[in-house]
Amino acid sequence: MKMSAAVLTACLALAGVSLAPSDARAEIEVDVNRGDIRPLPLAAPDFEGQRGAEIARVIMDNLSRSGLFAPVDSGGRRSEVTVEPDFAVWKSLGAQAMVNGKVHLVDGRLQVDFRLWDVPAGQQLLGLQFTSTPENWRRVAHKISDAVYERLTGEKGYFDTRVVFVSETGGRLERTLRLAVMDQDGANPSYLTDGSEIVLSPRFSASSQEITYMALRPEGSSVYLLNLETGRRESLGQFPGMVFAPRFSPDGSQVAFAVEKNGNSDIWVMNLVNRQSRRLTSDPAIDTSPAFSPDGSRIVFNSDRGGSPQLYIMDAAGGGARRISFGDGRYTSPVWSPTGDFIAFTRQGGGQFHIGVMRPEGSDERTLTSSYMDEGPTWAPNGRVLLFSRQEAGGEPRLWTVDVTGRILKPAPYTGGASDPAWSPLIN
Amino acid sequence: MNAHTALRWTPLFAAAALLGACQSTPKPDPTTEKPPEAGTPVAGGSAAAAGAVQPVRRPDSVTGAPLPGTEQDFVINVSDRVLFDIDQYEVREDAADILERQATWLNRYPAVQVRIEGNADERGTREYNIALGSRRANAVRDDLVSRGVSPSRISTVSFGKERPIDPGADDEAFRRNRNARTVLIGGVR
Repeated sequence: MKMSAAVLTACLALAGVSLAPSDARAEIEVDVNRGDIRPLPLAAPDFEGQRGAEIARVIMDNLSRSGLFAPVDSGGRRSEVTVEPDFAVWKSLGAQAMVNGKVHLVDGRLQVDFRLWDVPAGQQLLGLQFTSTPENWRRVAHKISDAVYERLTGEKGYFDTRVVFVSETGGRLERTLRLAVMDQDGANPSYLTDGSEIVLSPRFSASSQEITYMALRPEGSSVYLLNLETGRRESLGQFPGMVFAPRFSPDGSQVAFAVEKNGNSDIWVMNLVNRQSRRLTSDPAIDTSPAFSPDGSRIVFNSDRGGSPQLYIMDAAGGGARRISFGDGRYTSPVWSPTGDFIAFTRQGGGQFHIGVMRPEGSDERTLTSSYMDEGPTWAPNGRVLLFSRQEAGGEPRLWTVDVTGRILKPAPYTGGASDPAWSPLIN
Repeated sequence: MNAHTALRWTPLFAAAALLGACQSTPKPDPTTEKPPEAGTPVAGGSAAAAGAVQPVRRPDSVTGAPLPGTEQDFVINVSDRVLFDIDQYEVREDAADILERQATWLNRYPAVQVRIEGNADERGTREYNIALGSRRANAVRDDLVSRGVSPSRISTVSFGKERPIDPGADDEAFRRNRNARTVLIGGVR
């Protein structure tokens, strides 16, 4: 057994080391562009060692939640990671891919070796070793999930990520809103604010360690930057009227947001280095909900300058705005895919609300969801999955996911009242 | 007309109940006031037992009214909210009357400061509704200013769709939730 020392990721607490070259051509593969394919049957027997069963379960839950993999019950079978698996057994169970692994404690550190196997071909596709602190075992499971997803789909994974959102509790007339953050699989939820003020539209920075959000009080609104590690919070400052709808630029050096003055909302941008802000639009219509393209050169935003709310794209320096939405209905809350290929949005039409996507040029529009109230999409960092909030008439909002094809639609693993989700980039 | 009519739970009465200062007379509790036990009812409706019962005079009615210049006066007698059409922020014709009363009242009490809170129904997305609520609040502000209220006395805010007054999910609830509310925030007697 060869062991390569190639370090795949250099990160704070987690290092991945390749156990074997993974250039083998797989017979099995998963096409993320076709949500209607049969999910790939995958087995993840309990890993050996401490927390081995839990790690295997987190991996299986992640992959099956993507809709691209179907869990195969291992029937209590184990599989030693140091020997070649008995492929005939896994084949008889219907598995086409199999993940096995072993957990060691080395000098108080958690070390997890795992391998991904192509069952029909009888060969190894991946062998990696992750090391971290024992309490960080869930992140190790997420890293393994990402590695398996990437090896089998050819796309980056999105499991080692977090979601910031607005927790909503209480009846419609006495609703309490709190900022909250959790792992993408709903684990480790925690509140960031105490519910004493209305908090809306939290968004991650590229570092995943900072968020920007809006707080709304009777005396007015503020946009804040909140460092998740230090808890330090600072305001972007005073503006003539309401300030809302903040969003970071991809490099984290700027925040775009809307400022209202005398009832008219326009897009502004602040340079976070020198704290200078600049107004980018000056139309008498509502301009709001700015979102940068991944290269930072353009901004998609919402405006009703044409008579109803529609989507427009302009240069990130302002100017050159042109409309991209021409379908039936009202378009709001645009957000550019991290991979640049699509813009997701909320569309109101036919008495329903929909999550949809279109190309930045406005072509290839697809409606992905429909309900009484679907709104506020956010992209997984690989640009393949969207998280959004769905509210039935008279109900509480909940988080749902849909893939970019619109065929894999599921409730998110967090079951409390929640809205305004924002997906973090992959954690480094 | 029975004894309960005078004590019906009207908004006017509700306002009076809020105002400890204006209640010089203790009010009977409308929910516990009942006629005295009249004994076993007699079949056939005969009044044979009437001689055994002392007639009791119906209590005098009590009316309440907000003190002039108070928040209750403004809310009850002037009306603090005007409604808007779907996705619109122009002040409706039927709101002009309320805004004229608001302006007249504010001009009578020039120390009062107000905040106009714009609200939207839930049939819109969050950030757009913040902007829409701002427009509504400012439309009301502009209207009051045109009726002689100094702009320095008026601030505005939008709650978007976050502060509905009707929890329903039907057209009537949406109609009520599309509003701008004038809130007295200072200088009230």
